[in-house]
This record gives sequence, C-alpha cells and structure tokens, in this order.
Amino acid sequence: MAKKREILRGAEIFCRALKDEGVKHLFGYPGGAVLHIYDELYKQDAVQHILVRHEQGATHAADGYARATGKPGVVLVTSGPGATNAVTGIATAFMDSIPLVVFTGQVPTHMIGNDAFQEVDAIGITRPCVKHNFLVKDVKDLAKTIKKAFYVATSGRPGPVVVDIPKDITADSCEYDYPKEVEMRSYRPVVKGHPGQVKKAAKLILSAKKPMIYSGGGVILGEASKELIEFSRLLGYPITNTLMGLGAFPATDKQFIGMLGMHGTYEANMGMHHCDVLIAIGARFDDRVTGDLEKFCPYAKIVHIDVDPSSIAKNVPVDIPIVGDVKHVLTDLIDLIKNDKDKPDAKSLKSWWQQIHDWKAIDCLKFDRTTDVIKPQYVVEKLWELTKGDAYVTSDVGQHQMWAAQFYPFDKPRRWINSGGLGTMGFGLPAAMGVKLAFPDETVACITGEASLVMCIQELSTCLQYNTPVKIVSLNNRYMGMVRQWQEFFYSSRYSHSYMEALPDFVKMAESYGHVGMRIEKTSDVEGALKEALAMTDRTVLMDFVTDQTENVYPMIASGKGHHEMHLQPERELA
Amino acid sequence: MRHILSLLLENEAGALSRVAGLFSARAFNIESLTVAPTEDPTISRMTVVTSGSDAIIEQITKQLNKLVDVVKVVDLNEYRHIERELMLIKLTAQKEERDEAKRMVEIFRGRIIDVTENTYTIEMTGTGEKLDAFIEALGDSMILEVVRSGVSGISRGDKAIQS
Repeated sequence: MAKKREILRGAEIFCRALKDEGVKHLFGYPGGAVLHIYDELYKQDAVQHILVRHEQGATHAADGYARATGKPGVVLVTSGPGATNAVTGIATAFMDSIPLVVFTGQVPTHMIGNDAFQEVDAIGITRPCVKHNFLVKDVKDLAKTIKKAFYVATSGRPGPVVVDIPKDITADSCEYDYPKEVEMRSYRPVVKGHPGQVKKAAKLILSAKKPMIYSGGGVILGEASKELIEFSRLLGYPITNTLMGLGAFPATDKQFIGMLGMHGTYEANMGMHHCDVLIAIGARFDDRVTGDLEKFCPYAKIVHIDVDPSSIAKNVPVDIPIVGDVKHVLTDLIDLIKNDKDKPDAKSLKSWWQQIHDWKAIDCLKFDRTTDVIKPQYVVEKLWELTKGDAYVTSDVGQHQMWAAQFYPFDKPRRWINSGGLGTMGFGLPAAMGVKLAFPDETVACITGEASLVMCIQELSTCLQYNTPVKIVSLNNRYMGMVRQWQEFFYSSRYSHSYMEALPDFVKMAESYGHVGMRIEKTSDVEGALKEALAMTDRTVLMDFVTDQTENVYPMIASGKGHHEMHLQPERELA
Repeated sequence: MRHILSLLLENEAGALSRVAGLFSARAFNIESLTVAPTEDPTISRMTVVTSGSDAIIEQITKQLNKLVDVVKVVDLNEYRHIERELMLIKLTAQKEERDEAKRMVEIFRGRIIDVTENTYTIEMTGTGEKLDAFIEALGDSMILEVVRSGVSGISRGDKAIQS
C-alpha cells in the first residue's frame, strides 16, 4: 500500500523541501508575492533566513557562501524589483559557474502577463544568465522542480538556477513528496573522460620538453585540488593558475609560478608563450588570460580537460580535448602516468626550470617599499602575513582585486572569493558576509576599494544583525583605480569621471552601522591597524587605508597583446 | 557553410525562446527556424538553418546541447538527408497572366489552392533553392505575398533521430 502522504500548502512545501535538501541558510528579502512563504518561514527553524538590505546583496552573499563551502547558495526574493535586483548577482554566479538556487516570487498565475503590480518576466529576464530556470505552474510540480533546481545547479558545470513561483502556487495544496533523485532525459552531464583521449593526453604530457600546467576555477568547483597537486608533483612541471583557480595548487609551493594573464607574473606568461605542451585543466581560455589569440601559445600542443564541451575549442583550437569531470580525468591521468614506462624528460625539464627561474629573477611584482604614503600591495602582503595566509579573502573588482590575487598567495582552494568573469563591483562585502555565516570561526577579510565598497555598503547593516564580523580592508585611492590606470595609459591621463569628489567619512560610516572604523594614512601604521582589527574577532572592522593614488597594477599585458609583450613598471621596462 | 540542425527538445513553455535567445546572445546566424510537437507530445522537433565556419557550427551544436531543455542535436549535413520547405504564395493573375502563371505552377509542381478573379494562391513544397527559383521565375511584379515555413529536414534511409 502506498504510504499516505501529508497534504501541504505550497509555502509549506517550499520550506520542507529546503529542509529536506539540507539547506541551512536562505538569503532573502520579503515582498508581496512571497508573503505566504515568509509566513511559513516564521513557523520553522530548520532554515535560517538572512535578511539582506538589497537583493543584490542576497545573491552575492549566497554566492560567497557557495564558493567557500561548495554547497549551493540559496536565495529568496519577491517578484518585480526583487527579481531584477537579484539579476546582477545571478549573472555574477553564472559567469563563474557558481551553484545558486534563486527563488523569485511571481504574481498569481491568472495575472501573469497583465502588467500586474510588481510583475516582471523573471524567466525571460534571467534566461541569458542562468544555467536553467523554471516557472512553477502547478503546486504538484513544486517539490520536484525544487529538486531539479538543486540537481541542475550543482551537477556538471555548476551554475545558478532560478525558480519562479507565482503566489497562488504557494497557497494551493497537494501531497508532499520530495524526490530523492531526479532523472532528466535532456540533462546528463559527462563525468568520465574518454579513455582513448586520456591515454593520448598522457603520452603527449610525458613527451613534453617545456611543459606548462594551466589550471582554472574548474579544479576548485570540481573539488580536484588534491588530484591537481598529485598530478603536478608527479610530473614536476611548472604550474600557473587563473584568477579563478588560485588556491587549487598551493601558491607558496616551488612549482607554482604565479597567476597568468593580463596581470599575471612575468614568469607565468613567458612560460605560456614558450611552452611546447600546455595542459589546461578546468580553465576556459578567457580573454583576460589569453591576450591576443593570434599570439597565444604559438609553440604548444594543447590538452584541454573540461566538464563543459562548449568550453573546449571555443576560443583556442585544442589538440587533445577531454570532456569530463576534472577530478575523474586527473585520477585517470595520474594512474596512466604512474604506470607508464616513460618518465618526464628530466634533462629538458631542468633547462626549462632554469629558464623559468631566470624570468622569475626579474621580480615582476616588485614595488617601492620606502614610501611613507601607503602602497596598496604592502597592505595586502601584511594581511597575508598576519593571517598566516589562511584567511578567506573576498574582493571586489579593480586594482585591489589584482593586488589581492598577486600579493596574497593562497595555499588552499575556496579561500579566494572574487567575481572573475562578470567583474561585479559590490560583490566583496556581501560575499564576505556569506562566507562568515558558513565559517563563523574563520577569519574572513574583504579586500576592496572605496568605489566598489559603497556599491553594496548597505549590507554592513546585515553584518550587524547576523553578527558576521568580517574585516574590510579598503584600499582607498579616491579613484576607480583600474579605470584611472587605463585612462592614464590609453587616454593620455584624461581622468574622465573616475575620481570620487565626495566620499563619506568611512570611519563614521562604519560606526553608524554599529561597527568599528579605522583610518590609516601612513605605511608605519599599517601593521598595527591590521593587528588591532584582526584581534577584534567579534567585531566587523572597516579599515580605510589611504593609499598612493598613482599606483598602478603591474605587470600588465595591454589588450590585444601577447603573453610575451608584458609591461613592467615604466622605470623597469625590459628592452 | 549552410547547415541544417535538427533538434529534439522538451515541449515546455520557454524552450523556443531559450534556443532563439542563444542564437542572438552569441551572435550566431539564423536563416530559418521551425518547431512543432512530434508523435510524442512531450517532445518538439525543431529545425534550424544556420551558417558559419566549422568552428562556429561546432560551437552552435555544443551550446545547443548545453541547454537543459534540449534532448538531442543532430547536424543533418553529416548525413544523407532530405529537406523540404512549404511556401504559400499569392500572385496577381489577370487575363493573359493567368495561363502563364498556371504553366509556371505546373513546371514547379505546385498547386493552385485558391482563386479569385485577380489572384491565384499557390502551395509549393521543395528545397529552399527550388522555392527561390520559383520566386525568381515569377518576378517581383506578380507577387503579392510570400509565406514560407522555413526548412524541415529528415535523414534518408533507416536512420531515425529519436529521443
């Protein structure tokens, strides 16, 4: 006899499904279309609701939470403006393949299309920036749709999924049955790599004389850091990470030669240019990584491992494509390489490493350490020292983001949390809040700039309400630094609208939100301030570092240039 | 090069806009697109005619496959296949024009399906090329209205594209 199931209202089904899915935190903001759901949330305590101050903050916080934990971030917003405010965060997660499940309220079914109050076509608006989205049209589909949403968001190449729920669906009732698994004939992600391709790749990898391993965010998303380390150590090849891949391989390891790309290290980019075999793992050949495609890795045969077939050969033709989950493919490769009678070519490798050390000797990240005015790089470096390189670090977008990537070497995956693909200013603070909720006992720092910070500053209020004491390291140069840098280089120093004429007093602002504010103006005060802030483990601290306005991010490959055409600081330009 | 892509997709609201949106968002060409349910009411069959280099067609196919609603994508160019398009065309046909129009319809194996004193309405199927040829043969002066279905395609022989 079939088990008799409970009859529940849609809003109850929603809460029960989240509980059954193991969701602990729900980032949201109430409104008319989701009031039935909020009423049910009130009656339960399995899921903690985090009330943000703007829906963009909800999606970024859930995103930070997802990046740090590997679990999907979950968001609930109302219809209309609730949904549109969430879009930036959804697009941010989409570009970096972060699993989010975003529930948007919708006007009742019979009013859809009527230009009802707070109605937008959330499915239409989000369609280009989600992995998939669903409109629930019958309460009987609600539980199954929620299950599908979590499944799609977290499997294969992860990504955000939107579930649009009309208000009447949350009032209707039906039997509650949350499926353990779902099968979708139209969605079956590949896991194992093709054995023939893997074998070919192993041969090519072992034949390399000037190899490079180039790994990206896919290794972190695919929980394959352990395998990547084993693979790299087994071969003894140099490894570079993309911005999204930092931490997948320990940055303080001697095999690591830094980040690559537009602001990557000289040795990493020169290594890319001169390598003869490139092993791309969970990376997507983004334009900020490749520079001019015509000049990209001209001497290399390329192996590309990615779970998403459409990433392969999208920008760069590949010699050996392998579609599959990076963890599985790396495991297979490690087995093959271990059992192969051929070993890496020690002699060639030695001279290749010699070449790389010569490039490294140029010390491309050098900056002036003698100034009284604060150099932003120094602040990041000190933060790294004082947190023993073990903090969770979020960032916003711009110069500070690049300095964080360059001067905070991450030794573990999921510690570096930034909007790489979409480049969303305003990401850092809410993301840090999400991370802190997931890991209340860990140090969470947000490296930001004053322009990015104010884009989602309202979340300081959420930080107080939910007691998420994060450390905000604001590198305040009174400019949109990266815009200023490009204007200096490419627009004859016409600083068009990149200067902030009227900034708030950040110390008072932090205080007015109930937090601690600090203003630091001299290099000699940096370490003390950071120490003091980090010691206040139960307080959110906003450190306003007044930094050198003219500092630029180096090295740099200008757009349209190749990896071998890097610029160092002007006074150190190579011939 | 011109390619005919044949898709099976979930017959769900929004599936069509996902495909159409993909083409516009990624700046892929779209020459024609037709869609209708199959013998299985939960599955729709879509035929998309597009063009591009091999690399672009590969990317189009991969991106289509990535859409969660898409069950299957087949590039009919990789198989022996048949393509057909339906055209309904309205002509002015007065006095001496009427015989001339009838002869043309016969040559192109169309059918006159509606007649008024001044017009013929013609139904014609064939490859896009044939329909183009008919339009060209008639010349602009006679044509009042052209309605084309876009291309449908199917593989030849025993091979069947199923979910």
